[in-house]
Parts: sequence; structure tokens; C-alpha cells
Amino acid sequence: MASTAELERIVSQVRRDIVRQVHAVNSGHPGGSLGCAEYFVSLYFEIMKHNPSNFTMDGKNEDLFFLSNGHISPVFYSVLARSGYFPVAELATFRKLNSRLQGHPTTHEGLPGVRVASGSLGQGMSVAIGAALAKKLNKDTSIVYTLHGDGELQEGQIWEAAMYASAKKVDNLISTVDMNGQQIDGSTDQVLPMGSLRAKFEAFGWDVMDLEKGNEMGSVVATLKKAKEHTGKGKPVMILMKTEMGNGVDFMMGSHKWHGVAPNDEQLAQALNQNAETLGDY
Amino acid sequence: MKKYTFTEKKDTRSGFGAGLSELGKSNPNVVALCADLTGSLKMDAFAKDHPERFFQIGIAEANMIGIAAGLTIGGKIPFTGTFANFSTGRVYDQIRQSVAYSGKNVKICASHAGLTLGEDGATHQILEDLGLMKMLPGMVVINPCDFNQTKAATIAIASHEGPVYLRFGRPTVPNFTPADQKFEIGKAVMLNEGTDVTIFATGHLVWKAIEAGEQLAAQGISAEIINIHTIKPLDNTAVINSAKKTRCVVTAEEHQMNGGLGDSIAQLLARELPTPIEMVAVNDSFGESGTPDQLMTKYGLDAVNIVEAVNKVLKRK
Repeated sequence: MASTAELERIVSQVRRDIVRQVHAVNSGHPGGSLGCAEYFVSLYFEIMKHNPSNFTMDGKNEDLFFLSNGHISPVFYSVLARSGYFPVAELATFRKLNSRLQGHPTTHEGLPGVRVASGSLGQGMSVAIGAALAKKLNKDTSIVYTLHGDGELQEGQIWEAAMYASAKKVDNLISTVDMNGQQIDGSTDQVLPMGSLRAKFEAFGWDVMDLEKGNEMGSVVATLKKAKEHTGKGKPVMILMKTEMGNGVDFMMGSHKWHGVAPNDEQLAQALNQNAETLGDY
Repeated sequence: MKKYTFTEKKDTRSGFGAGLSELGKSNPNVVALCADLTGSLKMDAFAKDHPERFFQIGIAEANMIGIAAGLTIGGKIPFTGTFANFSTGRVYDQIRQSVAYSGKNVKICASHAGLTLGEDGATHQILEDLGLMKMLPGMVVINPCDFNQTKAATIAIASHEGPVYLRFGRPTVPNFTPADQKFEIGKAVMLNEGTDVTIFATGHLVWKAIEAGEQLAAQGISAEIINIHTIKPLDNTAVINSAKKTRCVVTAEEHQMNGGLGDSIAQLLARELPTPIEMVAVNDSFGESGTPDQLMTKYGLDAVNIVEAVNKVLKRK
């Protein structure tokens, strides 16, 4: 059981990993990655039962995580490496030729910790449902987690999956939506307002929880713990997690502009100044 | 010409249903998913015998492909069932990312392929599915010719690790291949040895190729007839060896000429052994409503069209 302070120390390093990965290849998606750092660190260092040193595709008797909005791969890779799935030094290969750390996560190069390719949006919830159904068939009581972007909910397949999960009582599933309110062309309200996501998911039969402070470690851990208690009760669980895109790097916050843009040398230095090196840079 | 007989005509989709049913009993890891077409896909027996391993998805094919990909994580061998149109074109990106690129052991089983779906018309008559599927890296593409072969193929693909597209259809066709045949993925089946021309046929066109072979024999033309049940991986050796012998080739399939079996064989021969080739296929056209027989005639996919193609290609030798 890690303390909030310990988890926050990891988050600081993860933020450094994110901006350094993206800066090194002048491409990638820092904004959404930074916004979800607390969620990922909570999940991988506190909440999930998993076995980083001995990764198997089937993950029997382990909790599984599926990243549906694959473009926030920098935070995923950082947390996978920092929790022991692969050497931290490998973060230096992000988006480079012959790397296992592809622009968007994939199983194709055999990176431990990744169980399906994602990037083309809207597919992760369906895959997670399949994995959750396999767990039920295997009498495996572990939990399956997914993360989605709020813009991603504009994809129709999400709603096919959402309808199925409640209708068929897939109650070993905890999905989270990163509600940072931003997508490539602007705010979600400018691009395609989605109304009340709580009302929508409730109407689709989910057990819905709000996480108002998705960048506050204590709140994230508490909500994920509560969500776990809600599994096994006949409904899939949805966490609507409000985050700040670019959180932890002041000039990246509050705008969609850092969705898919890398910092320059000066901006990198600024970002690193704001986040202490706690676990050693790769 | 070797004589082929049959005792009854049966639909290939029922061969799939029978194979799936047998797998249900023999392999506890086999699971099945269907998008509201259980009866049409003949999956009822599996659903009845193994309700815990049957997933009724509803009319949501994208979700079905994703769930199938997920079920492999945990060791299941998912067989998805819907019409060929909704098994491929509708869910191409889901298959590409969640199944093919992710290397998932999903069996995409597709009925009502091609014109012989009949009266429902062109919205449902996909003639592009083989091309779509064969372009995906690592995807195995199989199009068996009758009930027995479809049943054998269904059972065989469960033992193949990796994604497979299995295509079959709605109409009843002569069931002439042996019930106890061993189905080998990627291995062409020699139906008749000949010397003048080779006819490579797949799916429903295999029986028509046999009929064409009989007509050609009556004209004194010796046709080699080869059943290519696996479009990918193509049996390169069988194709090249036969083309070397006969030095001219006709392909026959219920599919667009672009992207189908003829396209694969032409590509191989152009590289390895340039050979005159004619293709019996749909030529850049959608289908329409009609009975299966009427449509096969109108779109030029009958035995007579194969005979015509043979006569044409013989002149190019």
C-alpha cells in the first residue's frame, strides 16, 4: 500500500518521462498523457493486481487494463516501464524505427503490458468486454479496466459496447472516461457537444461515478477503490473523471493546443523544472 | 474427365453449422458470437448445446469483432458469425486493428457471400470480401466449395493459431467432396488431371468448373481442374506446376475480378511464369435482386462462361 505522497513522487517522474519522450522525436501526444498521469499511477502502483515481471497475454488471475485512446501512449509506456514491464531505458526508443514503443500501442512488436493495438478510436471497450467475458468463463474473478477519451465517445462502437455490457451484466468491468473536454479541433463543446455523459451512461444501464478531481491523487485512488467495491453487482462501472489536459506543465494546461504537439528545447526545460526527477530519468 | 457424383445438394452455411457444432463438443475453448443471424448462419445447434459459450451480440458487428478479439485474451477461440458483407466491409477497421494487427486468434465466419444470396440484392451481395481480407497481413482466407468441405474447413481452422476469414454461402449446391476429407489450409485439391488448360476455381464455382470440364471433354479438350479452397496462403506450387504443364489458365470465382482469386493467381504467374489467363468473375459491377441461378447467368458465372473462357485462352497459348 503506497502513500499518496509516494504515488505523487512517481507521477512527477512520469510527467518528466512523457515530455522527454515526446520532445525527443518531436511528435506524440503530451496533453492527454499528462492529464491521466495520476489515474495511470494509481492503477498500476496501487489498484491493480498484476504481474509486471512475468507478462502473459492471457493474464489469468490478474487484473487487465486496456487503453482505448491509444494516442496517450507516452503515459502508458512510462507507467509500464516504471512498474517493471520492460526496461526504463527503452523509453528512449519511443516512436523511433525498430522500436517496440510504436506511436500508438500495439502487441505487434511484443511489448510486455500491451494486450491489443489501439489508436483507431472506439474499439477498446469491446475488446475489454471480450476479455471480461473470458474471465467469467474461466472463473477468474479479476477485474478488467479501460480508459477512454471524452472525444472518443463520439465513435458509435463505444455505444454498441456500452449497451452490450449492461444488457449482458458484464460487471467485472470498470471503464473510465478522461473528461478533459478537449479534442483535436477544439473543445468537445465546440466540436460535438455530448450533453450529460452521466445521464447517457445511466440510461445505458451503467453504475456511474463522478471523479471531480482526476488530478488529485487521493481522490483518484479513493474513487478507483470505491469502483472496485461496485463490481460484481450486475452492472458495469463507469468513472467520469475530470482532468486538466497538460496537467503539471503550466503552459500546456487549459487548451487543446497540446493534444498532439511536442515541446521545443526551451519548453522542455521549463516543463522539467516544474516536475522533480524523483526516480531517475531514463 | 473424372466423374463426380453427389447424392444431395446442401448449403455450405449448414456445413459451417455442423462443423461448429462438432467443435463445441470436442473443444471447450471454442466460443461463438453472432450478430442477430443465428438461424441464417446455422449456429442454433451450438447456441442450444453450449449457451454459456454462445454470445448473442445483437445488430452490432463492430462490437462483435472487438469482443471476439478480447475473448482470445484468456485462451478462447472465438468464431464470429454474420453475413459476409457485415463480416468484412462494415467492420474492416475493427478487424484490421483489433484482430489482424493485434494477431488475435479470431475466426471470422461469413455466410451469404456473393451473388447467390439472391433476392436481397446488391446491398447484401458482397463481391469484395476476399480482396478486403486477403490484403490484411497474416489473415488466412478460405472459401470452401460444398457442405462437406465447409464442415471440414470449420473444424480445421480451430487448430490454426491466428486470424482466419472463412467464406460460405446460402444456396444449396452439389455436395460432392468426401465427408471424411482432411482439410489442409493452403493446400489446393486436384479434381481432374488434364493437359490442355487449367481451371482454378473456388467456392460455388468449383462445381461449375466440373460441369465445364465435362463439356470441354466432349469437345476433346483436356482440362485440369483444381479447387483452390484457400485463397491465402495460395498454394503457389500447385498453381505453378499446373500452369507449367498446361500453359494456359482460367480462374473462376463468385467475386469481383479485382482482388479475388484470379488476381492472386495472375500476380503469382506474372512474377514466376507468365501464362495466358482468363478470369471468370464479376467485372467491376454491383449485383441486383433475382434468383441465385438468374444472377449467376446474368453476371457470367456459369459453366458456359468457363467453357468460353477456356476456348478464348487456348487461342492465346
